[in-house]
Amino acid sequence: MKSMKRREFLKTSAGVAAATAGPLIWVKDAEAQWSNAPEKGAKLRVLRWKRFVQGDEDQYLANVKKFSEKFGIEVRVDAEGWEDVRPKAAVAANTGAGPDIILSTNDDANLYPDKLVDVTDVCTYLGKKYGGFYPVCDPYLRPDGKKWIGVPLGVAGVCMVYRESHIKAAGFSSFPKDADGFLKLCKALKDKGTPPGFALGNATGDGNTWVQTLVWGFGGKLVDANNKVVIDSPETIKALEYSKELYATFVPGTLSWLDPNNNKAFLDEQISLTNNGISIYYAAKTSKDPKVAALAADINHANMPIGPIGKPSEFQLFFNQMIFKYTKYPKAAKEFLRFMMEAEQMDPWVQAAIGYVTPALTYYEKNPIWTVDPKHTPYRDSMKNMWPSGYAGKMGYASAGALADFIVVNMLAEAASGSKTPKEAAERAQKRAERYYKV
Amino acid sequence: MNSARVQAPVHEAGVLSRLLESRNFLGLIFMLPAAVVLLLFLTYPLGLGTWLGFTDTKIGRGGEWIGLENYEFLWGDAVTRLSVFNTIFYTVVASVIKFVLGLWLALLLNKHLPFKSFIRAIVLLPFIVPTALSAIAFWWIYDAQFSIISWTLVKLGWIDRYIDFLGEPWLARLSVIAANIWRGVPFVAICLLAGLQTISPSYYEAASLDGATAWQQFRYVTLPLLTPIIAVVMTFSVLFTFTDFQLIYVLTRGGPLNSTHLMATLSFQRAIPGGALGEGAALATAMVPFLLAAILFSYFGLQRRAWQQGGQDK
Repeated sequence: MKSMKRREFLKTSAGVAAATAGPLIWVKDAEAQWSNAPEKGAKLRVLRWKRFVQGDEDQYLANVKKFSEKFGIEVRVDAEGWEDVRPKAAVAANTGAGPDIILSTNDDANLYPDKLVDVTDVCTYLGKKYGGFYPVCDPYLRPDGKKWIGVPLGVAGVCMVYRESHIKAAGFSSFPKDADGFLKLCKALKDKGTPPGFALGNATGDGNTWVQTLVWGFGGKLVDANNKVVIDSPETIKALEYSKELYATFVPGTLSWLDPNNNKAFLDEQISLTNNGISIYYAAKTSKDPKVAALAADINHANMPIGPIGKPSEFQLFFNQMIFKYTKYPKAAKEFLRFMMEAEQMDPWVQAAIGYVTPALTYYEKNPIWTVDPKHTPYRDSMKNMWPSGYAGKMGYASAGALADFIVVNMLAEAASGSKTPKEAAERAQKRAERYYKV
Repeated sequence: MNSARVQAPVHEAGVLSRLLESRNFLGLIFMLPAAVVLLLFLTYPLGLGTWLGFTDTKIGRGGEWIGLENYEFLWGDAVTRLSVFNTIFYTVVASVIKFVLGLWLALLLNKHLPFKSFIRAIVLLPFIVPTALSAIAFWWIYDAQFSIISWTLVKLGWIDRYIDFLGEPWLARLSVIAANIWRGVPFVAICLLAGLQTISPSYYEAASLDGATAWQQFRYVTLPLLTPIIAVVMTFSVLFTFTDFQLIYVLTRGGPLNSTHLMATLSFQRAIPGGALGEGAALATAMVPFLLAAILFSYFGLQRRAWQQGGQDK
């Protein structure tokens, strides 16, 4: 199929291609060639999620401008709150009209795979050139293991965000790597009057990420590989018992926390530890309030603690890039995604957002942003450490619905707060999940 | 030939002018624009919503008729049941308090106060501010870390830790109800005030000549004459409260532990972020019987003529 493309290309632009194709065969990575002829007079509309850090938007739009200038293709970029993109993308897929390209989140591409343009050529090219996509991209965007239905962008990495001085004061020289050490740290922090805080309300981003990570880390999972609901398991109960001890160390009020609460509380110095993207650090660094700006020096990050299963089990907010079949300019759209993922654009973009998005191609681990400030480094590994949404089952309506209904977050909140016993909470989650996975 | 040609236009004009003089026809014509708007933007979406409730439509995928399956599913769903309870509790408590406070406020405003019109204008403020904005203000007031109420009480030394307004299930329910009451009282008060001003002072004069006490005047003059207004105002108030969405969505998104999920918010959560359009539509449709019951209650319960005329039910 790749050679087909190349042959087509050779036919269309014979002269130039013939001259360059010869020497290129001898290049080591000969496969990583891209040939595409965007439609004449193409115009593109892109819908993406609204930035969390200003640098992201600025550089993204600068890259878009560069694309327009180079290819003469006009691109209009609209941005919506990330939770609003999902229903819009679904409606676009359903009605067959809307933006040509949508940058959406999590399981979305699996809800309407047959409405999406096959982008295997783009992904193969990018994969070859940039060291391949992380394997976790497959369940999201290559569900059959062969055909790519979207181009993986990356994740909004979530790490532990903590106050260096408070950790030291609590008697820890470095941030603990495992669940046991983490619990000890939280207890010590509470004793020192500088408690941690993690969202347990219906917080789509911050709630889901740390809760799924914790449950997976103990071996609990919502479904097995056959989409059979298995959340009511001894492993889950262990995770819930652990969460009960952990919850006792939290600042009061986390049951009501939505996505913004932990950022506010952390920047107001009411908590010394939470889970978040790099946006807290970014906000502190760029703050005009000298008190908040001074915090930046004391903020540090660590990867999510590893549970008893002995390996990272992070849940992260995944971003995809989908081209819809109704587009009149599929080739221009592919060109756009290819262009945006190339190092000349991606590297400055990642830097401008100080690593808010961890790209899905392994090559970008080398981006200097991860090492220029050691506090950025943990976010580099967010793609490497993550497990797919709906683990260990397949993605689709059931996994998306179960996640949106906060089944796992509610379960942990019930057990942690003591409003239900761990067993009761797990049984309830089992029943709720079974309704989505229709037994 | 000639006469026929002359006659034809005369005949047509006759039909047209006769039609234009017909009250029924004119009535229909004048109602047509409103009817089209209602059919297009009210009946059609309502019908579509009801139909979706009987299908397994997902966002991005058409559905098939599945009969009552959605309703069976919702009937057995603990979160849905909790949301029904929350909605009824929320509506009943908030409506009763809104009525009592609103009536009280109306009676106060009906008296001769200094700066009367200024005060009346101020009272309307909570109702005028967009709900989403006042909800954000309440979000800060109830915040677990930044609550002004907790801060004041702590500074006064009355409590030693911040109140977890939106973190405890029952406290959260009461907190969102308080916010709803704050927002809803002005509507009730201003409407009832309008009703109070239509009551002729001569009734009160007559009553006081007969030696009626203030309470008796209220009970046998004010209240009966006010019931038609009360019926309308409370119907609207109950409908607004029952279908509340913005306040909950901003304050709690239905948390903690789904204890403030109303049917409207849960319906949204299932239908849009969750993608189960059919199920969400079924849940929304399930609100209709409750709303009808509320309307029927206020019409048959509060619109009794005998009572309005100061008599007793027979």
